[in-house]
Amino acid sequence: MKISTKWLKDYIDLDIDAQELAEKIERTAVEVDSVSRPDKGLKKIVVGKTIEVKKHPGSDHLNICKVDIGEEELAQIVCGAPNIIANKKVIVALPGSRIAGNVKIKRSKMRGEISEGMICSLQEIGFSESVVPKDYADGIYFLPENAEPGDAVYSYLGMDEDIIDLDVTPNRADMLSMRGTAYELAAIYDKKVTVKKPEIQEDESDSIEKYLQIAADEKLSSTYLIRVIKDVHVKESPMWLQKRLWNAGIRPTNNVVDVTNYILLEYGQPLHSFDYDKIAGKKIEVRLAKTGESLTTLDDEKRELLASDIVIADANGPIALAGTMGGLESGISETTEIVALEAAVFNSSSIRKTARKHNLHSEASMRFERGINRETVLEALNKAVQLIAELGNGKIVSGIAKGAKENVQATSIKITTKKINDVLGTKLSDVTIIDIFERLGFEVEGKEDTLQVLVPARRWDISIPADLIEEVARIYGYDNLPATLPSGDATPGRYTYKQRVIRDTRSILESTGLMQAISYGLTSSKKAQRFMLDAAQETHLDFPMSSDRTTLRMNLVSGLLDDVAYNNARKVSNVMLYEQGRVFYRAEEDERPQEIEHVAAAMTGLYESQSWHDEKKVVDFYVIKGIVDHLLAKLGATNVIYKATQRYEEMHPGRTADIFLDDLLLGFIGEIHPNIAKEYGIARTYVFELDLQKIIDFNNKLTVYQPVSKYPVITRDVAIAINKDIENAKIVDFIQSRSSKILKTIELFDVYEGGKIGINKKSMAYKLTYSDVSKTLADDEVNVDFEKVMQELKQEFKAEIR
Amino acid sequence: MDLKDRLTELKFKALGEIETVEDLKRINEIRVNLLGKKGPITEVLRGMKDLSKEERPVVGSFANKVRDELTEAIAKRSEKLEIIKIAKKLEKEKIDVTLPGVSVKVGQSHIIMQVIDQLEKFFLGMGYQVVDGPEVEEDHYNFEMMNLPKDHPARDMQDTFYITNQILMRTQTSPVQARTMEKHDFSKGPLKMISPGKVYRRDTDDATHSHQFHQVEGLVIDKHITMADLKGTLQAIARTVFGDEREIRLRPSYFPFTEPSVEVDVSCFKCGGNGCSVCKQTGWIEVLGAGMVHPNVLTMAGIDSTVYGGFAFGLGPDRFAMLKYGVDDIREFYLNDVRFLSQFSQKGQR
Ligand SMILES: [Zn+2]
Repeated sequence: MKISTKWLKDYIDLDIDAQELAEKIERTAVEVDSVSRPDKGLKKIVVGKTIEVKKHPGSDHLNICKVDIGEEELAQIVCGAPNIIANKKVIVALPGSRIAGNVKIKRSKMRGEISEGMICSLQEIGFSESVVPKDYADGIYFLPENAEPGDAVYSYLGMDEDIIDLDVTPNRADMLSMRGTAYELAAIYDKKVTVKKPEIQEDESDSIEKYLQIAADEKLSSTYLIRVIKDVHVKESPMWLQKRLWNAGIRPTNNVVDVTNYILLEYGQPLHSFDYDKIAGKKIEVRLAKTGESLTTLDDEKRELLASDIVIADANGPIALAGTMGGLESGISETTEIVALEAAVFNSSSIRKTARKHNLHSEASMRFERGINRETVLEALNKAVQLIAELGNGKIVSGIAKGAKENVQATSIKITTKKINDVLGTKLSDVTIIDIFERLGFEVEGKEDTLQVLVPARRWDISIPADLIEEVARIYGYDNLPATLPSGDATPGRYTYKQRVIRDTRSILESTGLMQAISYGLTSSKKAQRFMLDAAQETHLDFPMSSDRTTLRMNLVSGLLDDVAYNNARKVSNVMLYEQGRVFYRAEEDERPQEIEHVAAAMTGLYESQSWHDEKKVVDFYVIKGIVDHLLAKLGATNVIYKATQRYEEMHPGRTADIFLDDLLLGFIGEIHPNIAKEYGIARTYVFELDLQKIIDFNNKLTVYQPVSKYPVITRDVAIAINKDIENAKIVDFIQSRSSKILKTIELFDVYEGGKIGINKKSMAYKLTYSDVSKTLADDEVNVDFEKVMQELKQEFKAEIR
Repeated sequence: MDLKDRLTELKFKALGEIETVEDLKRINEIRVNLLGKKGPITEVLRGMKDLSKEERPVVGSFANKVRDELTEAIAKRSEKLEIIKIAKKLEKEKIDVTLPGVSVKVGQSHIIMQVIDQLEKFFLGMGYQVVDGPEVEEDHYNFEMMNLPKDHPARDMQDTFYITNQILMRTQTSPVQARTMEKHDFSKGPLKMISPGKVYRRDTDDATHSHQFHQVEGLVIDKHITMADLKGTLQAIARTVFGDEREIRLRPSYFPFTEPSVEVDVSCFKCGGNGCSVCKQTGWIEVLGAGMVHPNVLTMAGIDSTVYGGFAFGLGPDRFAMLKYGVDDIREFYLNDVRFLSQFSQKGQR
């Protein structure tokens, strides 16, 4: 809502700098988008009178004009505007002037003819295309006849007014009008508002009954009124009206339409004008649209109407979409003689639906959606007909056609000063509080400290005590509130077990060198269903914005691969990322998916770079496996088993394992399939994804102290040559199961293939550590155990002990 | 030459040799040669049997004195040579201390998570619980319980990704508050909670909009909670996140679930309030929204609004991170460019 401070002065006596006023509004009422003055930056732009206009000899579209600019001599200005004629008052930018966009105008020569300045269109001096009257859209503007040559043009065009653009929140729709804003400022500055009730002169010889019969469903329109003005001359509006409209961002059209817009701005009351002669059957009905009905609206668009649309219908059918846009057929034109003017209150949620469904958001529909002052519907209508009659030399037909007329009363709210102080944390006196209400124009009846507050209909946003408390708070000033902390019973602040595991998981992974990534939860259907740990259904958005964000993710790896691709594409080849977040698994029969906490990582490139000190370490399966081992060990998962798998289409069939905790599938680990790497355009990448919820549910037990042996340990090294396909885990399990309790650890320290070992063979070297907590181990005891197990190994795996 | 003279001569000769020897091995040889059983002093002492009774103790003690002197000289010289030897060895071990150290491999949290962590720590310390909730929500909890019935004009403020008519991607984390309020047992004390997490809006991604971002919303409900308490709490947050010198100011605003509702500005941490490009010359930066919980919200959650009341606030870690670190494009947060992420690895910054 654009507020001209000059217009405001019609209602309230305020002499405050616009910037200061805006600041005050922002701190007390609603946000301010901007404070501006249309003539800002303009210089030396004056009224000129075209005395003579003749064709430029060297051009078929230029004219040479002699212009009176209030000087002794006429100025010669070359002008290319198609609508230029003699004896008109025009806008002249003198040599040395500045016009819109900070453009400087100089004395120049145009095809050999001197031009002392420029004759301007409204756009050229900064008017928005959207407010320039249609007649002047493609040419220069003609100022009113009384404009004095040589005078600065700004005041003639209302450009010397300060404009405050308010960003009105949905609750403060009362400030979508000049009068509403005036009341607000009156409360802020403790001033009085002066508004005059319109006085209208009806033509008693003619009565509305002869013209119209109307019927309205009160559920759709709680108030529906029409007045008729006859013998109207539709023409251009006077300058004062046009100025007010364009300063508010509305294009002047003709005196009838302009008055309806003017009343919209002044009262916040949308009005609609019909060409009475186009209303069939002298009948108007406010009803819901019927199936199959359509309407061509003012924007020349034919719309199929919906059963939820409120329409204004005549004997032949709909002639307007209530509260949103009128019909083209019944609109005001230059030939209109009788105007039927509608003022109404329409059901706000219906208007909202209609505006959304037909994508018709107008100044009117916005106000009906958010509410209007139901107390001034008739007053606004009266002011409008009086103005139309005045500006169009028409006569007001006596009487009002009423489809419905709601009886509007002030809202009475009971509140105590104690309650107000309890909520705000203040110690305001009754007097202070009552004063604030009175400044707001609310009547107060007080008994003891209990106040009965009467809120007028123009503040329909206020209906409960909390609303009154807000009024007190903002007028009293938020700066004046004390700052304290809640003083109730103490409560412990702590994470839940699940929250702790999630946060521990993050810090453990970060300690291994992984960086946390946050990817998008929404992805494409294709990416959502890859790398799935468990079977589940996809969850789709009903109405997605783009094809790559249609589906809720069911894995984290896909998002991380997007991140790897982004980095690889920018020549960042070492990428170590992890992500902790939710995946969305939906069961066939459910609408809502389950949200499961996962953790995943993607690693590619060098884990450690070559330095002067160390060799480089390339990310491979065992690097990422080490991280998973570390993570799971830290989270207390002791019996972790890796089983080679080919069940993931997206993973390398020879380099992927499922990860189990005992029998429970936790996740998977491995290299992504070369086809996927190619699709993403990324290098060899290793990933893992774990179901964190399963680790949380596993319920890690507290570590219990194990006594440390005081006696020396004995170690035995052994190298075993075996068939290449035998997995390490098998051998370790075998040694473990066949050894006595004194074997504490088995550590693989070398794997070797080729050379002397032979084809399809490998050599595995283990260090076995023995100890006993209660005594010093004898070599013999260890030897017996070790030899026994070695013999059994030989037989079981056809192993050669080396 | 008598024995005494021989000993004296021996002493001076030996001392001369000891002083000049440069080799630890050699000094050991000297020690064995001089003081050993076959050495000259032993030999002199052996010759004492030819001396008179009176002379013997005199020469004997003289000989012992010479031996002690030589022993001490050898020890001194050995010690000195030892020091020289070590010094030489260390000299050889000299390294270039300006060569780079071996890099330590540590990752770090995402910058948004760092902001959330900081807020969580602050609120845990103030006795709040951290509560999580679903990202896929019911319209009922996301909107209706937040005093936003269907067709409410304020629903236009938030464009929503719907999954079905009733199921949607949450547009705020306040539905977690609605769920928690429904369950809270006030006989066990006040409700103090924050709900951090991801939220979604049907927005086209650009420098200042993202269809996915984060929120931390807070809620306190008790019998005597005031707007002054809200103001004090917000001031403490602002100072924790943006620095001890920060001031806040409240401006009226509108949220359906609070009444009164306020927008909260913090004094510009870049210029201290004098005006700069970060604060668009105003000295203030809008950082969060807050207000006193609307009685309808309490009533819908089954809480007696005549007895209980409270405040709520909501802030955006993405916006906080953008402001604090000067990030000018929100999309950076979700691209996970390693060069971007790794910039935020310092700890203990002010
Ligand atoms: Zn600043």
